[in-house]
Amino acid sequence: MKKVIIIEDFCIACYNCEVACVATHSRTQDPVKSYKRENLRGKTNTIVELKGPAAFSSMCRHCKHPWCLDACISGAIQRLDNGIVYLDEERCVGCWGCVIACPYGSAHPNIKHNDKEDTKHAFKCDLCVDRLEQGLKPACVEACPNKALVYDETMPEVLSK
Amino acid sequence: MLYKKPQIQFYPYIVQRDDYKCVRCLGCVEQCSYDSTFYDEELDAIWNKHEACVGCKRCEAYCPTDAIKIVPNPSRPYEHSSWKWELVMDTYLQANTGGIIITGIGNDKPHRIYFDHLLIDACQVTNPSIDPLREPMELRTFLGRKGQKIVIEETEKGNISLKTKLAPQLQLETPIMFSAMSYGSINLNFQESMARAALQLGTYWNTGEGGLHKKLYPYAGCGIVQVASGRFGVSRDYLKAAAAVEIKIGQGAKPGIGGHLPGEKVNAEIAETRMIPPGSDAISPAPHHDIYSIEDLKQLIYAIKETTRYEKPVIVKIAAVHNVAAIASGIARAGADIIVLDGFRGGTGATPKSVRDNVGIPVEVAIAVVDKRLREEGIRNEVSIVATGGIRNSADVIKSIALGADAVYIATAAMLAIGCTLCQTCNTGRCAWGITTNDPRLARRQNPEIASEQLYNLVKGWSHEIKDMLGAMGINSIESLKGNRLRLRTIGLSEKESDILGVLPAGI
Repeated sequence: MKKVIIIEDFCIACYNCEVACVATHSRTQDPVKSYKRENLRGKTNTIVELKGPAAFSSMCRHCKHPWCLDACISGAIQRLDNGIVYLDEERCVGCWGCVIACPYGSAHPNIKHNDKEDTKHAFKCDLCVDRLEQGLKPACVEACPNKALVYDETMPEVLSK
Repeated sequence: MLYKKPQIQFYPYIVQRDDYKCVRCLGCVEQCSYDSTFYDEELDAIWNKHEACVGCKRCEAYCPTDAIKIVPNPSRPYEHSSWKWELVMDTYLQANTGGIIITGIGNDKPHRIYFDHLLIDACQVTNPSIDPLREPMELRTFLGRKGQKIVIEETEKGNISLKTKLAPQLQLETPIMFSAMSYGSINLNFQESMARAALQLGTYWNTGEGGLHKKLYPYAGCGIVQVASGRFGVSRDYLKAAAAVEIKIGQGAKPGIGGHLPGEKVNAEIAETRMIPPGSDAISPAPHHDIYSIEDLKQLIYAIKETTRYEKPVIVKIAAVHNVAAIASGIARAGADIIVLDGFRGGTGATPKSVRDNVGIPVEVAIAVVDKRLREEGIRNEVSIVATGGIRNSADVIKSIALGADAVYIATAAMLAIGCTLCQTCNTGRCAWGITTNDPRLARRQNPEIASEQLYNLVKGWSHEIKDMLGAMGINSIESLKGNRLRLRTIGLSEKESDILGVLPAGI
């Protein structure tokens, strides 16, 4: 199965993957509007981790045996035929089981503040399944200016080490 | 407002930020290596310390919402016809620091660029032009000593073989090579990019004076290793691994000035490659302490030839300076196979600004006078000439070759190809584009895969243009253009300048 491979050596922490992820998962598909109007700040499926010179974009690894799937009590997390571990936000009850179970910190809690009551659901990387269906690469991969994110099955041989 | 001294207050750039478009992704904060951009959590705003901005435009390029623009600061010292604002700022700076002003990249003063005053002739009916898309066009060229005559032997069976033993040659598929930039002044990713591109293009790259990193030994076959006055990284293996060895006597951007890589930049890998202790200053003195005459140079040339069993051409690189023709003649007679002439517009990592902007002569003139002198002395065939220091595009390549060069080296153009914005702060070692830095956080900004592709594209594009221009001149081989000054005409130059260049004025 093709996944987003993270090449730590070339991640420059430009945050373009995060912005692209938010814009792609927004109603307007526009980076400025998604942040400013749709209140999607912090609702990014991929998070840039930084420590000293090391930087990389961390996202769902779409594990063969996903712990989040095992932990899901409502059946919101499913494994699609193409291997993508998909979280159906409509079915999610916000128990945060997946958030606790994921060893990579790739499932995140979300609380929507509505007029009547707050709704809760988790969210995680869906590998831009809609884009894949259109023959496109995941948004973060497309946005990465330094080829630190590669959509492939194996690590490319460009690595310096 | 707290008082700031003038050289701080009159900062050259302003970072303009469209606060509505800014989504606070903090990408600009991370990209700014000069600590000019920072995030204020309390106000949820990104602010700028404008005086720290060097105008590298990294934040501007990487802003995903196009919210940033770097613009010149309109508030400057009053313009004066003899005290330009740059001069005023330099005076302020020196009055405060008492030091030499160090800068990077090449001479940015508006001295006459002779390339722009040379026009290429086009053929019409008497000597028809050639369409490079339909006719074969040869860009392959050979660098090295050609010898006085060639003796051909015919065997009994009628086969013809070459009896003369030719001196070692460098075979270039396009007359453009990547110039010397040392590991230390630039990072390994960029060196690897040049090496990969050179291998792909069938040309050569140059290690500079920083030694050859063990990771780049696979690319040494298309590499030229440099022996500078510091002798960094020079070993028998180093000399034997490369395709040619270059002795650096001088450099265009700083003739008569040595190299100095400060100790804080000498990390473990650079130290290993340069064969010096980590953290120690890597000083290449201005002169080679064993070369004070042409005879001394000859000894070094032949020491290298002995070491490499006369299998590799030896190059001598000098800066274009006064009396360059006589110097080149001496070098040719000392046994060099190739002479590199580095003009005063050549780039550098760090040099005193006063030297960079005022010392040396243009490479165009140097090529012309050296070629002329070597021809007059009947030794032009003994040595090849490589021009560098101010080669900006394919037309400059063609004009250099028509003036008498065999090939060119490019460096600043190569840096531009991978993103350099000529902000002239290479000397700080904080290059935000990850080119002239070895900070592990910044060096990774050059992915060798992307950079080598861009370098390849640049040289490939130039090569296509060179073929087009050759076709227009009715020449189908780059070697037929060497020193063919009749294909050039000058415009806007004095009679004396045209005479020195050996090119007729337009209209004749």
